[in-house]
Amino acid sequence: MRLDELTRGDFPILERIVNGRPLVYLDSAASSQKPRTVIEAMTRYYERSHANVHRSIHTLGEEATELYELARDRVQRFIGAPAREEVVFTRGTTDGLGLIAETIGRTLAAGDEIVVTELEHHSNLIPWQLVARDRGVTIKAVPVRPDGALDLEALDRMLTPRTRVVAFAHVSNVLGTITPVTEIVRRARQVGALTVVDGAQAAPHLKLDMSALECDFYVFSAHKMLGPTGIGVLYGRLAVLDRLEPGRGGSEMIKEVWIDHAQWNDLPWRFEPGTPPIAEAVGLTAAIEYLEKLGMDRVAEHEGMLAQRAVNGLRALPAVRVFGPPPGVPRGAVVALTVDRLHPHDVAALLDAEGIAVRAGHHCAMPLMRRLGVVGTSRASFSVYSAPEEVDALVDAVAGLHAKL
Amino acid sequence: MSPAAVLYSDVIRERWRRPRHRGELPGATGVAEDVNPLCGDRVRFSVRVDDGTVAAARFTGDSCAICTAAADVAAELATGRSTGEAARLAREDVLEVLRADVRPTRMRCVTLPLSVLTMALAR
Repeated sequence: MRLDELTRGDFPILERIVNGRPLVYLDSAASSQKPRTVIEAMTRYYERSHANVHRSIHTLGEEATELYELARDRVQRFIGAPAREEVVFTRGTTDGLGLIAETIGRTLAAGDEIVVTELEHHSNLIPWQLVARDRGVTIKAVPVRPDGALDLEALDRMLTPRTRVVAFAHVSNVLGTITPVTEIVRRARQVGALTVVDGAQAAPHLKLDMSALECDFYVFSAHKMLGPTGIGVLYGRLAVLDRLEPGRGGSEMIKEVWIDHAQWNDLPWRFEPGTPPIAEAVGLTAAIEYLEKLGMDRVAEHEGMLAQRAVNGLRALPAVRVFGPPPGVPRGAVVALTVDRLHPHDVAALLDAEGIAVRAGHHCAMPLMRRLGVVGTSRASFSVYSAPEEVDALVDAVAGLHAKL
Repeated sequence: MSPAAVLYSDVIRERWRRPRHRGELPGATGVAEDVNPLCGDRVRFSVRVDDGTVAAARFTGDSCAICTAAADVAAELATGRSTGEAARLAREDVLEVLRADVRPTRMRCVTLPLSVLTMALAR
């Protein structure tokens, strides 16, 4: 049975009628929809077990703490992290990247260098710009080749003994390019640089194994992988995480406090100041259990099939430009396109009029838009519940756009 | 009416296909440019003010159909008015001409040209 046939009934929102048509939701890369098990797990938590975690000496507090820490164990297994202390909960990818940029940023000195890439989401660019401005650090960007791949020879030329951080996306949120993480990590390590991977588009789509990827930091959100908004994960390699001073302070992250100093808590709580997103952690557990039941290999295969179908269908249309890796090359579950003479927002609005939800604009990747020579693109993206018929509906609708405006 | 026809009125289609006030303005007395951070649309307005009156207004830019049509209407409405009147043009004035049900998510496409026009008039 196809994955969408197997899962579709689990997502209540997919029953919605939009503009008189059944919803065709092709915006999962922005935020995926949620299966009933996630919604119910969070409701059950609020109805039965909610209290603050860690220092509540009462039954509900214990239950909440247990559920929160169970989520950490589930994430550890899901991403193949060697230790649970390596899993830090954040508010999402942007928060996680900001946290690690601030934290590493404190160790940088004038003249140090940070390497990013041209395909970064603003969330993996702006935090480094803020660090660079404060510390007198230089930012370099690895160019994107016309086929959507990173220019690794250029990376080699950029890496110097002053390179302290290499920050890059695992999967481009626009092009769908899957970057060679292990390869980049090895090159970065040769010059002693730390690696920070933005996994926002990879975690929902690919089977992750931190011990195989070997990166120092890996960051992603729950809400793109069937989980709730408001929670994300920062994975940090134990040896590296343990020698970093916390970038942000507050409750939970300390052991003992005096007026002018404090002793930090153990990992991972050292990096989790304040009351964490507890219900969201419960929802994330349910999302991971749902994905694991399907099997991430199967998820990747299904979404890969849909992406290739979209690439092939759209490329066959006149006046349509499709971005990213050529047909047949594995990509993330996204396909960006432009239509001659039509603005990406008009494309999205006209598709919405037919009940098809896609994203349009710069996708928070303005430097990449500049490199591609476009103001923006329209982007279709897929999840476990997306159907080949929906891809076909998209291709048919795009084919008829010029007649509508 | 289809949802697409509600959003993209005949006026919007016509103004987007054949804008009447698009282009550069030689001898402009004021020029301004701004972007819509939501979508990256860029609108640039040039105005020529003679004796307190807007003698001409032209726009250029990368923008969607609604934004292009709104800029075209804004340029038309401004022309012949005093700078004070032109700077006080409101979204309702533009929407009345466009005859379209512009949703809140796209309202910035209408207001961006107006704010850029006001900036150009202040230069």
